[in-house]
Amino acid sequence: MCGIAGIVDLRGRPEPVERERLTRMLGIMTHRGPDELGIYRDKRAGLAHARLSIIDLSTGQQPLANESGDLWIVFNGEIFNYVELRGELEGYGHRFATKSDTEVIVHAWEQWGEEAFGRFNGQWAVALWDARADMLVLCRDRVGVRPLYYAEHDGRLAFASEVKALFAGVPELPRAFDAVGIEQTFTFWSVVAPRTVFRGVNELRPGHLRIYKPGQAARETPYFEPRYPRGDVDRFSGSIEDASVALREALERATALRMLRADVPVGSYLSGGLDSSVIAALAKRAKPSGFTTFSLRFADPEYDETSYQRAMVERLGTDHAEIVVGTRDIAEVFPKVIWHTERPLLRSGPAPLYLLSQLVRERGIKVVLTGEGADEVLAGYDLFREGKVRRFWARRPHSTWRPRLLERLYPYLTRSPVAQQATARQFFGRGLELAREPGFAHHPRWSSAAALKRLFSSAQREAVGRHDVVAELLADLPDAFSAWSHLAQDQYLEVRTLLSGYLLSSQGDRMLMASSVEGRFPFLDKDVMALANSFPDSYKLAVLDEKHVLKAAARELVPDSIRERPKQPYRAPDAMAFVGAGRPKWVDELMSASAIEAAGVFDAKAVGQLWSKALQRGDASQFSNADNMAIVAVLSTQILHRDFVAHRREGPDVSIKTDIDRVAEAA
Amino acid sequence: MSSQLSIPPEPSPGEKVRAFILKNFYVANASDLVDSASLLDGGIVDSTGILEIIMFLEEEFKLKVADAEMIPANLDSVDNLAAYVRRKLGW
Repeated sequence: MCGIAGIVDLRGRPEPVERERLTRMLGIMTHRGPDELGIYRDKRAGLAHARLSIIDLSTGQQPLANESGDLWIVFNGEIFNYVELRGELEGYGHRFATKSDTEVIVHAWEQWGEEAFGRFNGQWAVALWDARADMLVLCRDRVGVRPLYYAEHDGRLAFASEVKALFAGVPELPRAFDAVGIEQTFTFWSVVAPRTVFRGVNELRPGHLRIYKPGQAARETPYFEPRYPRGDVDRFSGSIEDASVALREALERATALRMLRADVPVGSYLSGGLDSSVIAALAKRAKPSGFTTFSLRFADPEYDETSYQRAMVERLGTDHAEIVVGTRDIAEVFPKVIWHTERPLLRSGPAPLYLLSQLVRERGIKVVLTGEGADEVLAGYDLFREGKVRRFWARRPHSTWRPRLLERLYPYLTRSPVAQQATARQFFGRGLELAREPGFAHHPRWSSAAALKRLFSSAQREAVGRHDVVAELLADLPDAFSAWSHLAQDQYLEVRTLLSGYLLSSQGDRMLMASSVEGRFPFLDKDVMALANSFPDSYKLAVLDEKHVLKAAARELVPDSIRERPKQPYRAPDAMAFVGAGRPKWVDELMSASAIEAAGVFDAKAVGQLWSKALQRGDASQFSNADNMAIVAVLSTQILHRDFVAHRREGPDVSIKTDIDRVAEAA
Repeated sequence: MSSQLSIPPEPSPGEKVRAFILKNFYVANASDLVDSASLLDGGIVDSTGILEIIMFLEEEFKLKVADAEMIPANLDSVDNLAAYVRRKLGW
């Protein structure tokens, strides 16, 4: 796990990339790779690499080349099946100088070209530079576990694992928010690649490769398209029992690969829920000795899951480490969190995970497994159940008992005041006539977030104009989309938006790598995803029982108390973290009318009303969903403006260990 | 000599309700709040927000909102709220 960066000339000019640009790019993201730094330069290109050593500790330095020295790579991530691929490539006559997975990518590219990436089982962001052909290839894994950004400026292309490295390497880049990226955030909870919240900066789309050749426009193609059943095509034909056995076996393989393909110890997160418990149980079997688990606890019992975590730790007998996160801790670390997410947040959920990764690092562990992805690939979220109930209701819109099924999803409704019940019914009943249209299940969530656009300044509104981000997303769907079931469509959209843009990014890679820790996600294994996608809907969502087949597969792995517990969505204190007495000073500074006007995204008067309402209520009160999201969204956007747009930060000077200079060589 | 002071008229229930909603739900652009439009469909009010409106009605107009009255026809737009308040106050 690492950070990568580079700058490549697109115009064929013999102006070598300045060395200082590359070292600045590394200097500002040494958290991604604190172990060793390396750069490569020739007449047209410069590559940079910050290494977190996990595989092949002694010879895995980067940048790394093929035997002839004309194909260079910088790589962030893991190719878990590199051992098998290497054997295959040796059969074709390829000779390897290292034991690393990095070198396997180089030879796979030589052997298979663009077809190579479809063979990889892993998580990666990679740049390949073919110095002979002056060709640059960028590629990202299927779902976007590893980040990769790029920007063009003055005839050069810059790419990097983090936006801050682009700004450091190319200080000439404009520093401004992208109004449509902000608009997307206030709908989907995140930008959707290739857009970012910074004007002129793009994110490579997951599952795609992007190729630059001299004198040609960049070409971007998918090397992977998700598949879900279309009728009987691509559909798992066995029984539910067969499915649970197949799932268990696939998860065993995926977990073992991620435990054993590492030359350093691997730990695991344990939330107390089903997904991470299954992974921890399988991990312990794959490598029984010296296995450490990590848990987040909350001082506020509303968010805490300690009892379930303890049950699992006792069952597995792991070395266990935990931290207790208080409400105030969230505000304290929030600016650092946003420095790493590089995008606004609508929830504070990433902040506790920032603290948890620090604990992992303190314990000397560099790699952790988590249960991330299970809710998307096996249909765990309320959103899927809610979509099913609303579609069922839409078939008889005047029915009064069909919407009452919502009470099965949200038991609080039965205990709520009448007004809330009536409102909820109207809320979930909106747009029932669109039940067969893409995005139906997501509209309640998207419209709740989009409602916060009422805080926008007139400048932000005008910059967005008539740009409809929902229509744009729904116009850009795979060809097969309409042939998939409604549940599969909902899952696809969930992976594309919230998983890639928020859970794997803001709440995943960024919070882990802030402490130089790599996350590995067995549920997002290539084969696990393909198998799960092939299951009939009823194996995943049996009536309203979510992740049905996983519960069956987990029977001997986790205690029944965890297997049968109602799903508890991960939440952390939001608005209340920022409003109590003794809150950090920066909160009031960034909420001031002058700071709001300087950033320009929000209307200062409206934010003033929001803020005085919140302060009046204080940290002892319950905030509405809208107020919670509004406070977190405004504060995170304000921090982002201060630290990325208004001010420039620089990293420390760094010393380069692997230093390859071919600038003087003839092309 | 008659006084030249013009005393601003007491705001109507509709104006009070509208001012409360603009402020409590931090609406930057007042034209986003159309008096006849559904507050829920416009995303201005969610299920917790409806409770804030009821608390406001009870405090501001000293009235009691009965369970049976907590329906969108009474509560879901500025116009509906104003009409409801007028009915309750016996106007």
